[in-house]
Amino acid sequence: MAMTMHCNIVSAEKEIFSGRVTMLVATGSLGELGIMPGHAPLLTGLRPGPVRLLMDNGEEEVFFASGGFLEVQPGITTVLADTALRADDLDEAAAIEARDAAEKGVADQGAEFNFSVAAAQLAEASARLRTLDELRKRKR
Amino acid sequence: MAAAREIKDKIGGIQNTQKITSAMEMVAASKMRKTQDRMREGRPYATRIRAVIGHLANAAPEYRHAFMEDRAVKKVGYIVISTDKGLCGGLNVNLFRTLVKDMSEWKSKGIDSQFGLVGNKAISFFNSFGGEVTATVNHLGEAPSMNDLIGGVKVMIDAFEDGEIDRLYIACNKFESAMTQTPEINQLLPLLAEDDEEIKHRWDYLYEPEARELIEGLIERYIESQVYQAVVENSACEQAAKMMAMKNATDNAGSLIDELTLLYNNVRQAAITQEIAEIVGGAAAV
Repeated sequence: MAMTMHCNIVSAEKEIFSGRVTMLVATGSLGELGIMPGHAPLLTGLRPGPVRLLMDNGEEEVFFASGGFLEVQPGITTVLADTALRADDLDEAAAIEARDAAEKGVADQGAEFNFSVAAAQLAEASARLRTLDELRKRKR
Repeated sequence: MAAAREIKDKIGGIQNTQKITSAMEMVAASKMRKTQDRMREGRPYATRIRAVIGHLANAAPEYRHAFMEDRAVKKVGYIVISTDKGLCGGLNVNLFRTLVKDMSEWKSKGIDSQFGLVGNKAISFFNSFGGEVTATVNHLGEAPSMNDLIGGVKVMIDAFEDGEIDRLYIACNKFESAMTQTPEINQLLPLLAEDDEEIKHRWDYLYEPEARELIEGLIERYIESQVYQAVVENSACEQAAKMMAMKNATDNAGSLIDELTLLYNNVRQAAITQEIAEIVGGAAAV
């Protein structure tokens, strides 16, 4: 049996996942991270994106986190997400629409334009789509 | 028959009260369900972030935030979370009693307290009790939002940062079940280290990106989530306590009505007997 660690994913609204995993892949603020059991203590911010969990039995689960924090202790990892979803619950049409709206916002900069807000929206929408892609790849 | 009439009126009055209390009981029961859901949803995040902060306080970080320094205590601060409305039994009174006890323990060591209050009941309690109140928040409603709270909380946190207070506690009711709510006083600042032997040795996190930025962000989230959770929990307590209080009131009204009905029947029977006795006595005299 592969080594496992405990993993908790919580969002401000509810507990999303709690169980044993062999590996966790998330998008940290400096890039993608793969965390395996016994990892040195780590604290990092999360960027909007998919969080992939590899289970004991070889199965994979994908979640979407819209930002937050990731804490790693040798035997336990905790994802404190702002909002998190099971990737299956993501709505592709809504995500595409949100991305298009955000892209349009970035492209056409009117008088009262808040670039950082639009950029954040765009990042989140494309992260949602990235999560969906990931999910589709896996299903095939 | 004057006495009978009076009793009858009294029964009518109590019946009206009973109708009101039983309606309030039902309203509280349905609200309790909603507030309980809200409380349950927030709990995992609040517990997890408290654990992470517990680890962080144990670590020997390269960057020490002001909130991590355990200073000599000269003054303590409390954020007191109470309800806006009354009619919820001993909920607020129990909380204030616990708080006053805690305060007088500090007082005996010559340490003063200051308060940030949430909810009308705390405000009116401290109006008569006295004490240094630096912030008040009220009328949060059933779905409190962090935005409404943050102002009052910020005052207390700033006081901690400026060194005005050296400990910050949060006093609120903890929801055990619909029947029991217990007042609790938890330390918010400085961050409390978790007692975990396994991670006692000196270590530090790897930080991505900068320790300072991360820790500040995390602490901010932590405080927000703890205060929000306390408020949500307290509102679940409020509805549960209100439901119980109103149920008791309805039951008491019921037994009062039973007693008065018995009395009314007695009085009426006595009056009838007396009338018959008078008629019989009158007939005998003729």
